[in-house]
Amino acid sequence: MTVTEASRESVAAVLEQDRVESHLNPPPSYDLTDHPVPTGREEVWRFTPIKRLRGILDGESSADALTWQTEVPEGITISTITAEEARDLGELPPNERPAALAVANAGGATLVDVPAEFASDEPLVLRLSGDSVDDLVWGHLVFRVGNHAEVTIVLVHTGSARYCTTTSYVVGDGAQVRILSLQDWEDDAVHLGRDSIRVGRDANVRHAAVTFGGDLVRMHTNVEYDGPGGEAELLGLYFADEGQHIEHRLFADHNAPKTKSNVVYKGALQGEGAHTVWIGNVLIRKVAEGIETYEENRNLVLTDGCQADSVPNLEIETGEIEGAGHASATARFDDEQLFYLRSRGVSEKEAQRLVVHGFFNDLIRKIDIPSVEEQLLATVEAELAKNVLKEI
Amino acid sequence: MSTLEIKDLQVSVTTDDGPKEILKGVTLTISSGETHAIMGPNGSGKSTLAYSIAGHPKYQITGGSVTLDGEDILEMSVDERARAGLFLAMQYPVEVPGVSVANFLRTAKTAIDGEAPKLRTWVKDVNGAMERMSLDASFSQRSVNEGFSGGEKKRHEIAQLDLLDPNVAILDETDSGLDIDALKVVSDGVNRFRERENKAVLLITHYTRILRYIQPDHVHVFVDGRVAESGGPALAEELEANGYEKYVLAPR
Ligand SMILES: Nc1ncnc2c1ncn2[C@@H]1O[C@H](COP(=O)(O)OP(=O)(O)OP(=O)(O)O)[C@@H](O)[C@H]1O
Ligand SMILES: [Mg+2]
Repeated sequence: MTVTEASRESVAAVLEQDRVESHLNPPPSYDLTDHPVPTGREEVWRFTPIKRLRGILDGESSADALTWQTEVPEGITISTITAEEARDLGELPPNERPAALAVANAGGATLVDVPAEFASDEPLVLRLSGDSVDDLVWGHLVFRVGNHAEVTIVLVHTGSARYCTTTSYVVGDGAQVRILSLQDWEDDAVHLGRDSIRVGRDANVRHAAVTFGGDLVRMHTNVEYDGPGGEAELLGLYFADEGQHIEHRLFADHNAPKTKSNVVYKGALQGEGAHTVWIGNVLIRKVAEGIETYEENRNLVLTDGCQADSVPNLEIETGEIEGAGHASATARFDDEQLFYLRSRGVSEKEAQRLVVHGFFNDLIRKIDIPSVEEQLLATVEAELAKNVLKEI
Repeated sequence: MSTLEIKDLQVSVTTDDGPKEILKGVTLTISSGETHAIMGPNGSGKSTLAYSIAGHPKYQITGGSVTLDGEDILEMSVDERARAGLFLAMQYPVEVPGVSVANFLRTAKTAIDGEAPKLRTWVKDVNGAMERMSLDASFSQRSVNEGFSGGEKKRHEIAQLDLLDPNVAILDETDSGLDIDALKVVSDGVNRFRERENKAVLLITHYTRILRYIQPDHVHVFVDGRVAESGGPALAEELEANGYEKYVLAPR
């Protein structure tokens, strides 16, 4: 491709725009003093029950670790690098205190290197598990995906811990990346995570956050683009039970022209005090002409006593776009659907089960990682067994 | 033998201005081997009758009784009624996103029979039922009624009638919105059902054209929440010629 004057200008504009701040997201910085301990009244913290973070935000140093079990396809290497090296690789700097603490306290980062033009049917699987919520674990991961590589990355979190981590995906031009982060923690775990993705020119990234377990899980997914033509599909599925707080915060920063973001998050809630939060922030910068963005959050409330907060935010600095839209809906079971199924002899509980499966099905199909699809369906089933299908 | 006996049925719906009476005493007996047609103007309460028998939660029964073979079905839950042998082909079948037709049909059949259908014959049965309704095999993998055309939804209802094999079928305007070929396909489906032993059909319609394919034994004129007149097939012809005028009170 020849560099025309016009695109030279837009490159210059991107550089300028780097300093433009989104009011939805605090400015990125590695400096901890830029990220004071939150009181809970800040816009980005107002939904989070800070007490239940069990002191993570104090930032005590700790040598506790999660146990890693890995399945690494040939060609991919895993090594340890310093925080400075991670910075130089082009990770997105922290934009809030937990991510900044994770970088400061992890004592270096784990680098997963996927070489250019890598291709394999086998997914890269990292199983991380903790022993006890008494353990405070700082995590810093960097995935570097080379140009035109095709890779599937599966991260599974189980057991318990207080885990605060930042994970960067630096995706090369034309690469195709599928990411699944599964939070299947035990009931008492606390997880603060930030997945930041830098999407290369013409690259395509599908990121799925699936959260079932934990007392409090607060996940960020941030996307930025390294050039035009990048596409990000951000999917999420969550199931909050009694007393659980599950929060997903999305930020798609359209900082390059002709980029796409498509966000679909679906959640179900059941039991007293189940609380979910979904914040979908999209920023369309002046330079981001011809972009397309859509975000959607749907919640299905299965019992009384649950709360689903859902806030889509769109900041638009240029009108020259292909399309931008959002949808957010929180609903209970649809009486007409249940009536229809039951009029065919299906019991009430079975009808509810069908409807919930139906609600998640298309999303699970979209995640499209066959090796975990069965497990996801089985976990949804197990969640349903806790309430909807429970015989009283 | 089964008999559906509706006696002096009174039904209300809740509105912002309090309860509104829709059915004002409906009496009707339908026995197996019989096909009854109900015809009546818009808003006269035909769907209300159908939904009330099926147990839709929107409708409150304020009086009267409905029994199936002597059993009080108003005491039963919606799914118990279906398992007792009732089937309602709905005027507006409901979409259930994410639930495949195949999964839905298997779940319903299992519920009705009390055991899972034999895998080998079941797949054949489903394919046969779909084919007889001119529905492509790919419909099995689609979500229930989602994105189906009006006619496809109606044919899907009759495919279910075929597979679930109830004793008493209530068809609420299954003929509406069908083109002439689909009408033929649907009528053939209903007639095949009628040929089975001990089946009763209550067919709600606005048009005599379906009655040329599905011949009723009894025709009832339904006006303002009641059966205004009952007769044989000839009554349908008369309605076609003269409309409901003589049954509807002249405006004062
Ligand atoms: N929630 C409601 N509030 C007020 N009126 C209602 C409500 N639900 C139903 N009705 C009324 O009940 C009456 C009967 O409706 P129903 O659907 O049974 O008629 P129908 O005979 O099936 O008509 P159609 O031929 O158009 O299908 C209608 O006048 C309708 O407006
Ligand atoms: Mg009607």
